[in-house]
Amino acid sequence: MENIIQIKNLTFDYIRESDEGSETIHAIRDVSLDIPEGSFTAIIGRNGSGKSTLAKNLNGLLLPTGGKILVNGWDTADEAHIWDVRQTAGMVFQNPDNQLVASIVEDDVAFGPENLGVPPKEIRERVDEVLKSVDMYPFRTKSPHLLSGGQKQRVAIAGVLAMEPRCIIFDEPTAMLDPQGRQEVMRIIRRLHEEGKTVILITHFMDEAAQADRIVIMDDGRVIADGTPGEIFADEETLRRIRLDVPLAVDMAHRLREYGIPVPADIITQEKLVEYICQYK
Amino acid sequence: MLRDITLGQYYPGSSPIHRLDPRVKIIATLLFIVELFIVNNFIGFAICAAAMAICVIVSKVPLSFIMRGLKPIIIILLFTFLLNIFMVDGKVIWTLGPLEVTKEGLITAIFMAIRLILLIIGSSLLTLTTTPIRLTDGIERLLSPFERFGLPAHDIAMMMSIALRFIPTLLEEADKIMKAQQARGADFESGNIMRRAKSLIPILIPLFVSAFRIAQDLAMAMESRCYRGGKGRTRLHEMRFHRKDVISMIVLFVFLAGIIVERMLVESDI
Amino acid sequence: MSIQVRNLSYVYNAGMPDEQKALDNVSFEVYNGQIASIIGHTGSGKSTLVQHLNGLLKPSEGTIIVGGTDITEAGVAMREIRQKVGLVFQYPEYQLFEETVAADVAFGPKNLGLDEMEINDRVREALSLVGLDVDEVGERSPFDLSGGQKRRVAIAGIIAMRPQVLILDEPTAGLDPGAHREIIDMIRKVHEKEENIVIFVSHNMDDVAALSDKVLVMDRGQLMMSGTPQEIFHQRERLANAGLDIPSAAKLMMQLRKSGCEVPVDALTREDAAKELAAYLQGKSRKC
Repeated sequence: MENIIQIKNLTFDYIRESDEGSETIHAIRDVSLDIPEGSFTAIIGRNGSGKSTLAKNLNGLLLPTGGKILVNGWDTADEAHIWDVRQTAGMVFQNPDNQLVASIVEDDVAFGPENLGVPPKEIRERVDEVLKSVDMYPFRTKSPHLLSGGQKQRVAIAGVLAMEPRCIIFDEPTAMLDPQGRQEVMRIIRRLHEEGKTVILITHFMDEAAQADRIVIMDDGRVIADGTPGEIFADEETLRRIRLDVPLAVDMAHRLREYGIPVPADIITQEKLVEYICQYK
Repeated sequence: MLRDITLGQYYPGSSPIHRLDPRVKIIATLLFIVELFIVNNFIGFAICAAAMAICVIVSKVPLSFIMRGLKPIIIILLFTFLLNIFMVDGKVIWTLGPLEVTKEGLITAIFMAIRLILLIIGSSLLTLTTTPIRLTDGIERLLSPFERFGLPAHDIAMMMSIALRFIPTLLEEADKIMKAQQARGADFESGNIMRRAKSLIPILIPLFVSAFRIAQDLAMAMESRCYRGGKGRTRLHEMRFHRKDVISMIVLFVFLAGIIVERMLVESDI
Repeated sequence: MSIQVRNLSYVYNAGMPDEQKALDNVSFEVYNGQIASIIGHTGSGKSTLVQHLNGLLKPSEGTIIVGGTDITEAGVAMREIRQKVGLVFQYPEYQLFEETVAADVAFGPKNLGLDEMEINDRVREALSLVGLDVDEVGERSPFDLSGGQKRRVAIAGIIAMRPQVLILDEPTAGLDPGAHREIIDMIRKVHEKEENIVIFVSHNMDDVAALSDKVLVMDRGQLMMSGTPQEIFHQRERLANAGLDIPSAAKLMMQLRKSGCEVPVDALTREDAAKELAAYLQGKSRKC
């Protein structure tokens, strides 16, 4: 499959000013990754591991201090194609409130296509279609501040979809939502992936990362692991070392082994664990 | 309390008033304000009030919602009322210690109060029936002839619409911060003016920090959605004058002429 | 010491067309040494309830008695209520405002009118309770700290007021897993040290099961159920009706039952579940 995003030896430094003077922060240190078109990649890591900085580099909101990023072949540092880059790789942010521009749902969704100069009639069609696809069509004339967090986040997703991107980067889209809002947003993300969009999901929640087909772990600006959820979750030690959550099944298997039950290492999903326990002799 | 402010809020609907071209509504509001200052007798006010009542009924915005918008300005209203009642010379009808209420004062006070109330209801009807985006689009179009003189019409309009969009968000934020500091024993109600001003610091600093954070997030979100100023932008809602808009404009100017004639015919009340 | 809430009701916009009953006849008690949690769907009235407990909102009806004093009575000084009941809001790091961490933590105690020596002691102690060292961070700007540290400073600001009832509204919202665990451990530590009542609002059922002696379930402004975590989480259907989940370990046990394993389903935490499962599996292998 073709790689829609290629990250080549990316480094990103910035200078932080504080009372104790200024210091250079190496937010990303030599990261190389390829994101195939149509894939679903989760990026996990603790706060300050560089995952959010990476996301902002992916659509040219931040520009690399070293190395480069190609989105659909365009260099994000090439000013001539910056709008192509941003239209191709859309981004949904963490705070559902602070990313909605307009006071009416449909006006907000229209904002992206308006900026791209799409003809009014087509904007109308796109707005209606994407609002339906995130199940927010009935709310099109409502004011966003009357919506729940999950609903606002779905509007934000619709706003990105209306630009018809091929790839969407989600920067901790559920961090500020309640469990119901999280479920709503994850359902939409899964659906987008099934419809063929390339999805990059940055998250703290292991149950969300588990839904991706690939997980990348970042720590201290580096990629320290990259594999299928199965491979990543089997490496319990790394997860514990960088203080991330261990999925329930992996954790329970670990605890059972401490009681002397020989649970095999490849049991990492709840279904497998249930099956193992029920068939145990 | 902070949530009661309806000024600048939009009340969703699809009434004929909602569907009017925003430019017509902006001009109508400006004309209405001018008319309120042209009027110099109670009959004129009655006519203006009746015209406005018709607009309110047609707009289907509940009266209680509009009235709630008046709540925060009650203090201003009372202040101007009292100022007028005591400050105008004339025939004394009532004395209260050193203060004298005159007939003229009373009339002026009532006059000013009516003018202020009509003015606020009139202008809030504009924002209640027009989404901020449409409103700012309208302002942008009305200002665009001045662009050739260097007026950044699009930027002004975008700033206005964002300000309107974030009023509820910031009010909510202020409310939260205030409660949080109260939970830490902060006291905003007692002490002299200096102390009270100082007691605002624990609210203002976090509020500024929040406002900056919101601005930063928003700028990032707008940029990632390809915002690059007014150039080459299209609109979801195209603005075109329809027949109803043209008819409305004619009605507006006829009404203005009527008000001028009324002033000339009827004796002034002040 | 106890906090007793009796027949508490609260109506928003009373008399207006959009009148809304945010709290409807809520009654419960929490005793000294207990940790209680409040769970419920967004908009179920949790936040309105906790804002009543420290006098930020005045009830339309009902009383709240904290340590023998009815804090809803007109004559009670706000300062006295704030001293008895400390409330940590959601995302409390957004209320930091002082130039240094120490000064920010001192804001509450200062408002209580304490003398400087006492304030300094309390600041030191509160910071150490949340796992920070006053000598290390005391003179730094709170705005230079990491997200998790900021939150701990903000919580220390309330702890330094030594409330008899400490209320935390979603104390772990938005944190990464490491910082999340730190806050949970911190709550436990503060509770043991201060021997106070802790009430926390949470969406995380694992935390609720692990920490609480008592669970209060809110639904549409009413207290739908209250009881021990065992009592509450075994009413799975009623919780589901209120849009609520059960702890992940309990879910696993339920799934095992459904798949035909006769495991006991009392466990709510991962520790207990592992213990029960190990016993079950060992018993099973002995039988064969």
